[in-house]
This record gives sequence, structure tokens and C-alpha cells, in this order.
Amino acid sequence: MENYVIEMLNIRKEFPGIVANDNITLQVKKGEIHALLGENGAGKSTLMNVLFGLYQPEKGEIRVDGKKVEINDPNVANRLGIGMVHQHFMLIDTFTVAQNIVLGSEPKKGLKIDMKKAVREVQELSDRYGLQVDATAKISDISVGMQQRVEILKTLYRGANVVILDEPTAVLTPQEIKELIVILRTLIKEGKSIILITHKLKEIMEVCDRCTVIRKGQGIGTVDVSETNPNELASLMVGREIRFSTEKKPAEPKETILSIQGLTVQDSRHVDMVKELDLDIRAGEIVGIAGVDGNGQTELIEAITGLRKKSAGKVTLKNQDITNMPVRAITESGVGHIPQDRHKLGLVLDYSIGENIVLQTYYQKPYSTGGFLSFKRIFDKAKALIAEYDVRTPSHLSKARTLSGGNQQKAIIGREIDRNPDLLIAAQPTRGLDVGAIEFIHKRLIEQRDQGKAVLLVSFELDEILNVSDRIAVMFDGKIIATVNPKETNEQELGLLMAGSKLEKEGAQN
Amino acid sequence: MFSSTKFNFIIPIISVILGLVAGAIIMLIFGYNPILGYQALWNGVFDSPFFMSETVNRITPYILTGLAIAFAFRTGLFNIGAEGQVLVGWVAAVWVGTAVDAPAFIHLPLALLAAAAAGAFWAFVPGILKAKLGVHEVIVSIMMNYIALHITNYLIRSVLTDNQETTEPVKQTASLTNDFLIGLTGSRLHLGFIVALLMVLVMWVILERTKLGFELKAVGYNQHASNYAGMKVERNIVISMLISGLFAGLAGAMQGLGTFGNAFTNTAFSNLGFDGIAVALLGGNNPFGVVLSASLFGFLKVGSLNMSTAGVPNEIIEIVIALIILFVASGFIIRWALLQLKKGEKK
Repeated sequence: MENYVIEMLNIRKEFPGIVANDNITLQVKKGEIHALLGENGAGKSTLMNVLFGLYQPEKGEIRVDGKKVEINDPNVANRLGIGMVHQHFMLIDTFTVAQNIVLGSEPKKGLKIDMKKAVREVQELSDRYGLQVDATAKISDISVGMQQRVEILKTLYRGANVVILDEPTAVLTPQEIKELIVILRTLIKEGKSIILITHKLKEIMEVCDRCTVIRKGQGIGTVDVSETNPNELASLMVGREIRFSTEKKPAEPKETILSIQGLTVQDSRHVDMVKELDLDIRAGEIVGIAGVDGNGQTELIEAITGLRKKSAGKVTLKNQDITNMPVRAITESGVGHIPQDRHKLGLVLDYSIGENIVLQTYYQKPYSTGGFLSFKRIFDKAKALIAEYDVRTPSHLSKARTLSGGNQQKAIIGREIDRNPDLLIAAQPTRGLDVGAIEFIHKRLIEQRDQGKAVLLVSFELDEILNVSDRIAVMFDGKIIATVNPKETNEQELGLLMAGSKLEKEGAQN
Repeated sequence: MFSSTKFNFIIPIISVILGLVAGAIIMLIFGYNPILGYQALWNGVFDSPFFMSETVNRITPYILTGLAIAFAFRTGLFNIGAEGQVLVGWVAAVWVGTAVDAPAFIHLPLALLAAAAAGAFWAFVPGILKAKLGVHEVIVSIMMNYIALHITNYLIRSVLTDNQETTEPVKQTASLTNDFLIGLTGSRLHLGFIVALLMVLVMWVILERTKLGFELKAVGYNQHASNYAGMKVERNIVISMLISGLFAGLAGAMQGLGTFGNAFTNTAFSNLGFDGIAVALLGGNNPFGVVLSASLFGFLKVGSLNMSTAGVPNEIIEIVIALIILFVASGFIIRWALLQLKKGEKK
């Protein structure tokens, strides 16, 4: 008999109109890091919410330390030593680390909360696991990576033996990911077990011992990570072979579509973030902007699309000056924009997915006549795009909020491409998505290029930039400091350029 | 599982029942007979056509202030200034109603329009300040309430009359009263309820069927995405406040052209605007829900006047109303309780 801390046997969970989990079995050994792998919307989060007591399964049983249990509320999960770190942190910004951690199970001195004791306990716990958290710091003052460690501490403070981490690396910088991995290993050494929900194959190969794969709500199986490879994991997850590098013909650039001259843009603090930047993008090419986050990429895109004022310079689209046009005029003149932050910019989350499909076109015919909307025509369009772009949603009437990230992104991409823009701007288009969705999106971008559109891709993922772009512009400190051919460069060189070092090769000018 | 639309419907109903039950308990505690009390409440409205008509007259402005608040809520704004917008609408309607000479088919619409415009202007001020300077609309509209109170008092004393506390009645051509209705009920029942129900439809059509409503709601939900989609966020905030104020202004016209037929100085607020917040909340910010909740409020307010015949102080109804609001506001507790019940059934 194997020694399992957590067993979820043949779990089935249904929602109206959808089976989210069907016959899934997950068994976690003591002291291992167990990956739960699946595409966006495969049912990973549902399964973990079942374990955490947020949902009740229709079928199946859960055992903790070999004993059958019924977890019908998160407090029960806590008592059983199960802790969960959600993807979106549940912290109160204006409270300190210690206040957040003890919230709900405060140490008391008479009627008062014994804050001194709380701080001491939290600090001890942090030191023991090497989390380097300052118990007295305010949440709003600490980095995202640190906030995540506070969430981990929260579970430990409540006596968790099994920590569930939901997509923990999605919000972290590469450096923070390394630190997290060290922390996870420390936790294991201290006898904890970890369930890591993820769709990043690299991470699984690096830190996990075993991996359970689920696909479209079905349990596919559990593999030992040491006996598998990324390709096998990917095909288990998606159910078909995945190509990591997208096939494409050589680019055939034609006339200039977007021309940026001497563009200077300030951020909200009135600091110049884009500095006298020049950039041309031609029809039929994908220009990738490589750079470390915060070097002016966001401001550049906001300036092109009219979301941010320009302090100097000129932007022309197909020889038409769009520098000072409002957002709508720029959109109408032929710019599609897949925004970096799909929740903040790309979607009205409380609108249905159908309504979001016409977010920029609702006022045009045939959707609007004489100020009145035809929801029949709007939803016809939505249904067509949902089918074409494989957006998985129970209905076009479902709120955008209820869709998984990948499906939200597919809807946005469908909407932007369908408007048939001459220039398509894609900012971090695959952030947080699984390999299947990434492949889909890359194909679509290349398809647009092949149809003679100009594509501007901004990404912090070097893989993506190298893989998709025809030309790479490296952005550093608000300027394009080099333009390189992806076939003649590599991650090392790009990494150096992104850190601001000059290119010494010949022929590297724009 | 309950769907969220079902919850939106069930929670207000349960809240009303709980409010009435709590009211009964309070009556018991203080030694009154709740059955007699509620009987008197019911009879206070339904015993005579006169009081039924009075109830309709009460409901009419509640519908309009409810719509005003609900419209603002639906578009992401909190128009707490309906109170002031009612007052300026009231006086504007009476002003046009007394000062202008015109045939009824011009005079009455003109007076209604004046009220709507005045209310809209009063809401425009917080709207434009929010849009341009980011000043919170709640603060500005509360201050606008006081300005409205004092300005309307000044207008009544010094412009509309010569140092009187009450204006002349509005001319018959501008009045909402109707001889047929008066003959039928012997009450002050006027045609205002038609205006109110028309506005219910107007709100529904704007929000659910028009380009404008699509933009207004989008801006209310997410200004960043609306801006990204090319909508003019600032303009939409102002439009939203204008429409909200228009409804509240019309509520004033209902009083000035209908129920009272004149305007008079006030030392304190009428509470029509503030009660509108409760009406909107209980009605789930839905125009048809507002009709139902306004009806309940009107019924409770008018019926409570009769409760003293059963020896029960009518203030008890204020407590019941407050409790209903409390229960609606804590709707998540009811939702939780319902889900627990459901779970219990399964086992």
C-alpha cells in the first residue's frame, strides 16, 4: 500500500449544462510535489475547489491520510490540513502581512487581538520556511512575489500539510519563479505535500515528482515526471501532437502600414516612458518588440491606439496622420488591438460574451439602426465568431467573467481579427494560456501576416518573440535600441540587448 | 441550484416577508395585536376607493425617484441627489404651470418638460464635476440637495409669490388632475401614474435596447474597457446623470401638477428622493422591479395612517420598511440560508 496524504477517487462534478469533472482520480503522496496539468477550462480549478470544499462532488470520494472524509466547506478543508493559494490573491491591501495571515483565526488576549503574538508567530513561521517575509509590512507595499509568499504563509499558519497552488507562476517574474521553486523544495523537506496546478510544462519538468493530467474534464492518468518529457505531457494534455515552433513561410513585406516618428510618451507620473522612438511596420510582416516589462512597451501601444496622449512625434497609418485622433477614429481607420490586460481593457466582464464581441462595432450597421440595437444580429455575429474561434462557452449569453482565460482571449482575438484591421497589435497575447491556445493564437497571427496585414507583437516571452516575429525590435528605456533578424539571433543575445547593452554586429540598423 | 435571476427575485420577496414578520414580533413585544395592526394597514388602503387612489398618488413619485436612482446605479453612479432634483422639478413645473398661458396639449407637456429639464440640470452639475474633475458624485449631489432646498424656498417666497409660503394652484391647462378620475374616486387621483409607467418603459428601452444604453452600462461596468472600445467615458457619465435627474425632476412634477397642484416652502426634505434609494434597491434596479417596490412602499405608507385605529402607532411601518431594506441589503445571508436549505434537502 502506497502512503497517500490525499486521495480523490473517481470524482464527478456537474454544473448546469456541463460536466466539469468526470471520473477523475488524483492521489498525492506524502512529501511530493504533484502537478495537476490541463488546458484552460479542463477542470483543474473545479477539482481543486472540490478538494477545498467550495464545491460538492456528485460522485466519488475523498480520503485524507487514508480516511474517508466529507469536505463541505473550506473550514473543514483547513482542519484537515489542506490549504489553497488562489491565483488571484485574497489579501487586504491596507492590512499588514501579519494582520492578513491571522485574519479569521486571530490570537486573542482577553477580547483584544494579540497583535504582538501574531507578528511573532508569523515571523517565526516565515523564518522557518525561509520565506523572508516582513510580518509588519503593508500588503500594498510589497511585491507580487512577496504577496504570494504571504498566501503560502497563511495556509501554513492554519496548519496546512497539503498546499494547493493555483497557477502560482503566472504572475511572477523569472527571478521570483526561481525563488518560489526554492521555497517549494523547502516545504517538501519539512514534510509538506504540494499540489501545483499549472499548464507550464517547463515548470513541471523542473520541480514536480509526479503529474496527473486532465483533459476536457476527464482524468487522463498520472505519470512520473522522471519518465516523461515535455512533448509527451503536451500531447497528453491536448490530446494531439503539439508543435512548439509554429511553421511559417518567409515574410514578404510590402508597403509601410504603420510609421512612428520621434514618438515621446509620458506615463501618468509625467515621466517620459517612450523617448523619440522611430518604428516602421510593413504589410505582411510581424514585428516583435522584445524587452523587459516597464521599458515603455505599454505606453507605446497605448499611444498608437489613442489611449494615451503623445507629448511629441507623429504616428501615421497608411499615410494617414492618426497622431491626435480619438480612440474610435483610430480603431475605424484600421487598427486592431489585443490588449495586454484582457480583464481591464479587453472585456466588459459583466457583459455577455456576445455583447463583448461587438464592443467596438455595436454602433455600426447592421447592429444598430437609428440608435436601436438589434440583438438578433449581434448574437448571430457572436455565435459565428464563437464557432470560428473555438471559444468554449455554454452560450453566447454567458457573462465574459465566467469564461476561462484562454477562451476570453480567443473571443478578443476573434473580435479584433474579424474587424479586418490593416494593423493588428497583439500585446502579450498568450499570457497565462496553455500550449494548445498558444499554438492557436500564433497560427492566427501568422495567418494575418500572410493575408498582408501588419502585425505588432509585444511580448516578454523570448520564445514567443523568436518563434513568431519576422523582425525583432528590442526596446530598452523607451527606445528601440536594436533591430535583429530572429533567424540570426538567440536568447542570449536578445537577453543582453534587453538589458541595454549595445549590438556590435554590422547591419543591425533599422 | 438557483440562478442569479431567480435570486434577484426571491431575495426581495423574502425580505418583505421577513420585514413584516419582524414588525409583527415588535408589535407583540410592545403589547399590540399584530393581526389587528396589519388588518388595519390593509383596510387603510383597500377599504375605500379614496385611499386606493391616494396610494396610487403616493406610488407615482416613488416610481420616478426609484427609476432615477436605479438608472444611475445601473450605469455605475450613485445619484443621492434625487431629493434636490425632485424639489427643483416640482418648482419648475409649478412655475410653468402658473406663469404660462397655453392650451392644455402644449401647457402640460411644457410644464413636465420644465420639471424634467430642471431635474436634469441639477444632476448635470455633479455629473460634469465627476466627469471632468473626478469629484465623487455623492458628495456633490448631497450638497446640491441643500442648495435646491433653499433656492426653491427663495423662489416660492420672492419670485413666484409675494412673501407667501404657498404658490397659486397651477392652471387647469397644466394640471394632471382629471375630472373623470376625481368623480370616480372622490380623491386627488391624477394622470401622473401614466407618465410614471411611460418612464418605466423609457428606462427599459434605453438600457436594454439602445446604443446609448449599451454604452452607459459598459461605462458603468468598466471605464477602461469602454475607453478602449472608443466610447466617450466622460460624456456618458454626464448623460447618465442627466437621464437620472430627468426622472427625479418628473417626480417633482407629479406633486406640483398633480397631487398638490402647487408648490410650497419646505423646512426639510420630502424624503421622496431618499426613499427612492430604497425603492431602487428593493426593486433590484430593474425598471419593472421598481414599479413593484414603489407599490409596496406606497401601500405601506398610506395604509399605516390607518393603523392607529387598531391602536398601533404608525411609526411601526417605518421600522418595517427599514427592516425590509436591511434584509435586502444583507441578501447574501438569505442566499446562504437558501443554499443551506437546499443542501439539507439533498441529504
